[in-house]
Amino acid sequence: MSEEVIKKPKRKKSKSQLMASALLDKAYQETIEAKARGEKIGWSTSLFPQEIAETLGLHIVYPENHGAAIAAKKLADPFLQYAEAHDCNNDLCSYAKIDLAYADILDCDASNMPRPDFLLVGNNGCNEITKWFELLSRKYNIPLFMVDMTYNHQDHVTKSRTKYIRAQLEQLITDLCELTGQTWDPDKFAEIMKISTINRNLWEQVADYLAIVPSPISGFDLFNYMGPMVFTRGRTETADVLRQLIAETEENIKNGKSTFPAKEEFRVFWEGIACWPYLSHNLKTLKKYGINVCATAYARAWSLDYTPGDLDSLAAAYSFTSSNNILLEESVRRRKEWNEKFHIDGTIYHVNRACKVMVCQQQELMRQVSEACGGLPYMSFDGDQADYRNFSEAQFEQRIEAFAETMRNRKEALKNG
Amino acid sequence: MADLHENLQKLRNISHNPKKQLDTYLSDGKQVIGAFPYYTPEVMADAAGIIPMGMWGAQTEFSLAKKYLVPFACPIMQACMELGLQGKYAGVKAVMIPTMCDTLRDVTQDFKTGVKDISTIAYTLPQNRKLAAAKEYLIEELTYVKEQIEKIYGVTITEEAMQKSIAVYNKHNSVMREFAAIANDHLDIITPAVRHSVFKSAWFMSKSEHIAAVEEIINQLKALPVYNFTGHRLILTGITAEPCSLLNILSDNNFAVVGDDVAQEMRQYRTDIPEDTSSLASLAQQWLDRSDPMAHDDHIDRVNLLEKLYKENNADAILVCLMKFCDPEEYEFVAYNSALKEAGIKVLSIDIDQQPNNYDQARTRIETLAELL
Repeated sequence: MSEEVIKKPKRKKSKSQLMASALLDKAYQETIEAKARGEKIGWSTSLFPQEIAETLGLHIVYPENHGAAIAAKKLADPFLQYAEAHDCNNDLCSYAKIDLAYADILDCDASNMPRPDFLLVGNNGCNEITKWFELLSRKYNIPLFMVDMTYNHQDHVTKSRTKYIRAQLEQLITDLCELTGQTWDPDKFAEIMKISTINRNLWEQVADYLAIVPSPISGFDLFNYMGPMVFTRGRTETADVLRQLIAETEENIKNGKSTFPAKEEFRVFWEGIACWPYLSHNLKTLKKYGINVCATAYARAWSLDYTPGDLDSLAAAYSFTSSNNILLEESVRRRKEWNEKFHIDGTIYHVNRACKVMVCQQQELMRQVSEACGGLPYMSFDGDQADYRNFSEAQFEQRIEAFAETMRNRKEALKNG
Repeated sequence: MADLHENLQKLRNISHNPKKQLDTYLSDGKQVIGAFPYYTPEVMADAAGIIPMGMWGAQTEFSLAKKYLVPFACPIMQACMELGLQGKYAGVKAVMIPTMCDTLRDVTQDFKTGVKDISTIAYTLPQNRKLAAAKEYLIEELTYVKEQIEKIYGVTITEEAMQKSIAVYNKHNSVMREFAAIANDHLDIITPAVRHSVFKSAWFMSKSEHIAAVEEIINQLKALPVYNFTGHRLILTGITAEPCSLLNILSDNNFAVVGDDVAQEMRQYRTDIPEDTSSLASLAQQWLDRSDPMAHDDHIDRVNLLEKLYKENNADAILVCLMKFCDPEEYEFVAYNSALKEAGIKVLSIDIDQQPNNYDQARTRIETLAELL
């Protein structure tokens, strides 16, 4: 006789979480409706200067975000299999594989993206995404508009880079106006930049709550709010979601509560993209040892710091925001600052099989960050942002268990002087 | 004067043992700079009398490199890190690394940190090449590289010397194109491995020396009657097509290489350095003019390029030398593989690695292709 399994009820979603999901659903739905009306819709890389398309009222969807959603809902397998059966090397980025398969199939059990009429590519996240989008451009025979963000091997965005990126943004405005037959409205552009900056500041405010010990929020929860920050950071509805989250967090602080579902024993920095197919497994494992993810560079990449109305500062911000587009010293400097600010006990490095740009300098990053932070402990695990086949639950669990022990010993040693 | 076979053997020896060549240059009092894959402003070094030497790794086991790179990183970069960490590049004062792919971005940082006695000069080529602003940006970036070379090597690179070196590099391009053409008339002598060593040796010699060596080979080939090759004719495409043990499998199966779109080989020589307002503007314009799959908007579709090479050289098949873990090439493969097959062209893909490999799997596939043809 089989033993009856009693499942624990799922944690009720907060109002802000429901609002974030609804906003994302709305963005997808509006894109489908715009396409049905005959408007031109675009697919974009996730760290693209959305302000320009938003000013023109264009509907844009984000294949990376879409791939993450498909992976998180455990729907990736048929897409991965399809891509690999159609000349995609197993080695390619799993978001790309899912999307290149989806580009043929154009249907899934998550939100759907309509066939694009144009593509927007920024290479500040990685170089390879240009090649991925070139394949889409070739497949659909549609224009690809690129903003080349030029990897920064120096410790600042040089003037020549800013000038080049600004020229590309100006060209993009011309190209999109020509494509859509619209007229450019500089006042609306200034307004969108202002809204985007407000959202950026609210996003920072949310992330800053994680500096409180113990944290009133679960850091992993921030991954759930990334959708609006990627999709709709130029819209006022995103501010509504973030303000609701802030209100809920203030309430938690007042009542001494937290959305982290356990006693916070350790506060860690999560390096890299989430392992979307195993998000709940990862959280459950971390929770078991009281490990709260209190900082992450990945989510912060959408915290674009520029002066509204100043195109040069927008150009520089997009070039310098991602850890994938900056030199090692700057990556270490930021992490040292965050580790101190967020009272971090250790770093978890996701050795992401899908993302070479994140992992090919990660080992040196581990050593330098640890050294810069007084021997801060760190661990790594093998995973993949969207390909469920490249992750081992057992490996993750064993390493987290050992890591908790390392952090505990260090905390005790520090306490005892 | 050496005979043709001695001349070819000399280039073969250099391509097989660049370390010996490096040591010879150093003992002759020359200064050397490393040129990572696969477009660097070598002209600047040449203008300062510094020998640029290609950094293409080697067939080696990866041990020390594991401290910096994951096992699924580009084998060329793993090998370069390995050799750098082992001290095999001792005497090289600096390396130039273009951030042309994601792994190269990171290797600028890994090399800088790991191989401390060699300075790293990183620079970023623009990808949005249609805009005038891209050229302005690149001139600034090249100025940075020039200043770094001047500082590290204690030299002054003059405009006059740059113009002279540009002429040398354009002459070298022309000589290599001529060699590639005449090689097809002598496929009994210019086997795949021999052809490769003529191209690869260019990375480890001053261009003036290489021009002299290849011109002599060309003249000696011209003096011979055209050979009627009746075997199978191949076009190669990829980053590198090596080692020779792999290329010898081609010879064993009666294949000759009659053209290539290989980064280490003909891609280098397709585009000359044009005249412009300054030497740096010329170098910048060369990048903007290059037809290359590593660049966005590569001017010529890879499918068209390969089809053209295939037809012009009466080829029987295209051999894709797919560098393991090379994202740009893997994406490109999706674009051209099915299109070429639909055009009725036979395409075979084999993996290229830098770790010792007996290429048994490649041998079987090449044998099967030979049977098919």
